[in-house]
Amino acid sequence: MKKNKIVDIAMRWLFTVCGFLSIIFVIVITVFLVSSGVPAIGEIGIREFLFGTTWASTAKNPEYGILPFILSSVYGTFGAILIGVPFGVLCAVFLAKSSSRKASSVFSSVIELMSGIPSVVYGLVGMIVIVPNVRELFGLPDGANLFSAIIVLAIMILPSVISISQTAIQAVPHEYEEASLALGATKTETIFKVTLPAAKSGILASIVLGIGRALGEAMAVMMVAGNVANMPSLFKSVRFLTTAVASEMSYSSGLQRQALFSIALVLFIFILLINIILNFVVKRERK
Amino acid sequence: MREKISAKRRIINAILNSLVFSAALIIFVLVILMAGYILFRGLPHITGEFLTTKPNMIRETVGILPNILNTIYIIIITIMIVLPLGVGGAVYLQEYASNKKAVKVIELATETLAGIPSIIYGLVGMLIFVQFFTLGTSLIAGALTLVIMTLPTVIRTTQESLKTVPQSYREGAFALGAGKWYTIRTVVLPSAVDGIITGCILAIGRITGESAALLFTAGMANELLSPLDAVQSDNAGSTLTVSLYMYAKERGDFETAFAVAAVLLFISVIINVSVKIAKNNFKRGEEK
Repeated sequence: MKKNKIVDIAMRWLFTVCGFLSIIFVIVITVFLVSSGVPAIGEIGIREFLFGTTWASTAKNPEYGILPFILSSVYGTFGAILIGVPFGVLCAVFLAKSSSRKASSVFSSVIELMSGIPSVVYGLVGMIVIVPNVRELFGLPDGANLFSAIIVLAIMILPSVISISQTAIQAVPHEYEEASLALGATKTETIFKVTLPAAKSGILASIVLGIGRALGEAMAVMMVAGNVANMPSLFKSVRFLTTAVASEMSYSSGLQRQALFSIALVLFIFILLINIILNFVVKRERK
Repeated sequence: MREKISAKRRIINAILNSLVFSAALIIFVLVILMAGYILFRGLPHITGEFLTTKPNMIRETVGILPNILNTIYIIIITIMIVLPLGVGGAVYLQEYASNKKAVKVIELATETLAGIPSIIYGLVGMLIFVQFFTLGTSLIAGALTLVIMTLPTVIRTTQESLKTVPQSYREGAFALGAGKWYTIRTVVLPSAVDGIITGCILAIGRITGESAALLFTAGMANELLSPLDAVQSDNAGSTLTVSLYMYAKERGDFETAFAVAAVLLFISVIINVSVKIAKNNFKRGEEK
């Protein structure tokens, strides 16, 4: 009996530690990122760092302005959302409201397959299929640019946009739809004028989640965006925040290396902001 | 009824319907074409030799056995560590925690972990495991990084399945005089095993597909490692995804890259099917 009591107490402690592990990890990650990211920002100067338009880390007089990366990430994400979300929401409507059960179950398997494909595979297909076609189509010297990255990201965010939107659409109470149908609206009108507006906050959450995914994607972007630190323009080779970190990490040293950690810190802050917005959206929905 | 709808309404309906249908059709065709293209380019290069040897510079042959083994090692090490931690965390949240505020903070932290991009995990993993704990660029450093990354997945799915264990089971056990830990071990966890397995498979899927977090932690080497090497420091090795990236981006060897992509495609199909089977079992368990 006594032995059991001791085991019980020991296990309670063990589980408590496991429970608080997530918090510990978040704190450790934050501490490591801040402590290795802040020194370089201090040395470069926060204004030069955030708003400098030139990144020349290996030049004789190195410059560390990350505005090109920030803007590339923002434009790239925005473009991916602009293309991906309408497609995603329409697909979610198809999944939730299609009259054929078989069609929607086949389609949902395809979407699941899509979400399981690793990002490097998307990058590879983008490199071999999208990049040359973009070059041909627009008569460019090189097709590895922001536009190609937007296309690849738009495809990559689809599975998460579709699954969250679908859940939101299915959560709309049937009474709403029945009332609309009873008033003489057709099924299609009901979906677009009653169901979708009612599922608004869930769809918004799917958009925010898509933003997070697009902003955080590194490998696929690295393979299709060309990776030159230009100020962004649709048909220019660009570097995102994620790829700026990844592309120089293996050979960097000194202040350059520290500046890469600062970029990661900026990206981390972006992601935290998005998490906060997501939480806000989801909470409002629950009310 | 039908005739009463005006022509304008009918046209708008038709347009919206066709939009929904064509969006789904486009995505469907896109994925099928993509998968087909990968198999078309990749399958011819998958031979017995390709799967069972390491790259040989002298004979100029390419083999992905080291990468397959590295992927398996990293999966096993990561799961062995993350499973007890994640299940433990979920048990705490569901069975022990009485302070609602603490639960909220933990759930917020778990969501935050789930939202952090893998490139940041790679960087932090490098700072913590490779440098701070001086493990060097090694499989074990990569695996430990992935433990942090997959923890939210395991916690969440385990928690979901713990929620479905009827309260009466616990009360029954307590009434018979069982202690808390005894109840959890013999009643609660066995009833939640399907959810734990689902979480495991999902985590394996994430590990298999991960590349950015491993690039700077587990490294890019293509040497054959024994299971014993895998748990020692400084033994770098690339997984399938990382090797795909290296073949495509650094060496321009697209034939090999597509062959690896085809292998990865197979693996993700297998993982998808396993998740489905596990979830179906899960549902059947609920109906009982």
